[in-house]
Amino acid sequence: MLGHHVGSPAARPAIDGNRYAMTFEQVFFYFFAAILVGAAVGVVTARNAVHAVLFLVLAFVTSAILWVSMQAEFLGIILVLVYAGAVMVLFLFVVMMLDLKFEGGRSGLARFKSVGALVAGIILVELVVVLSIDAFDAGPAERLPAGHSNTKALGEILYTEYVYAFEIAAAILLVAIVAAIVLALRRRPHTLRQDPAIQVKVKRDDRVRLVRDEPRQQASDGAGGAE
Amino acid sequence: MITLSHYLVLSAILFCLGIAGIMLKRKSAIEILMALELMLLAVNMNFIAFSYFSGDLAGQVFVFFILTVAAAEAAIGLAIVVLMFRNRGTVDIADWREMKG
Repeated sequence: MLGHHVGSPAARPAIDGNRYAMTFEQVFFYFFAAILVGAAVGVVTARNAVHAVLFLVLAFVTSAILWVSMQAEFLGIILVLVYAGAVMVLFLFVVMMLDLKFEGGRSGLARFKSVGALVAGIILVELVVVLSIDAFDAGPAERLPAGHSNTKALGEILYTEYVYAFEIAAAILLVAIVAAIVLALRRRPHTLRQDPAIQVKVKRDDRVRLVRDEPRQQASDGAGGAE
Repeated sequence: MITLSHYLVLSAILFCLGIAGIMLKRKSAIEILMALELMLLAVNMNFIAFSYFSGDLAGQVFVFFILTVAAAEAAIGLAIVVLMFRNRGTVDIADWREMKG
């Protein structure tokens, strides 16, 4: 599918050493792209939901490697830490917590399977045809110098030019936290939990009871003082 | 030499696998969410490839925000799935028809 790029005249530099460098770049790209596509196929076709989550973790880690090779180091690290580390673990928790039954196909599923494969195949062919033309070739990307910090450069525009969008993102995350907790919170009748409103509202009379200490019998006197 | 088209075609493959996944995995809402994550990953890879080959950092900022929104979406989506499983005992979206949509 991508073969004609490899054989195109632009991909054949004259100098030998340069060609080996290019070859390493191609090997790198095709190796990780193959793993990525294989993992994505695994996500789609895995019967077991746990296997699908693990394939998705593989896809995320592999794409993080490709992103780092495109000099997006910060986002590559974030993808591994936040996505493979947190969001996928959340998926894994939910998949393992819910008692899912992994049965195969059901009646009526085969119809959607063929339609889904057809639609996806048509869209894929269209996209590949359109994206393979040379109009998208922006030329080779510039290699940044060795001391360049992607994180610093990203932070410099994120906190100046995009600071409002950044704050909106923070608000979106807050709303998501509140929404997820409100949705998933369950009040069971017999669990022990505190109600701060009742704790604040309590009066002295609710907790303290004054008793008059009557004189006891002889036997209980020796057992210890009763205040 | 790896060009922009290589990355675009790679993310197109991922995106179409995500579409196929949504249609194939109609039994399980969780797996539909996973296919959605796959499609978002493809979009993010497009943004980063364009950012890299055109030397503009704005694409990476956009990926940052997409990751934020996708994390929020995953959290809320999973909360809804857990809630529906608790109430209905299944994650098959064909059985969730209270709203008669």
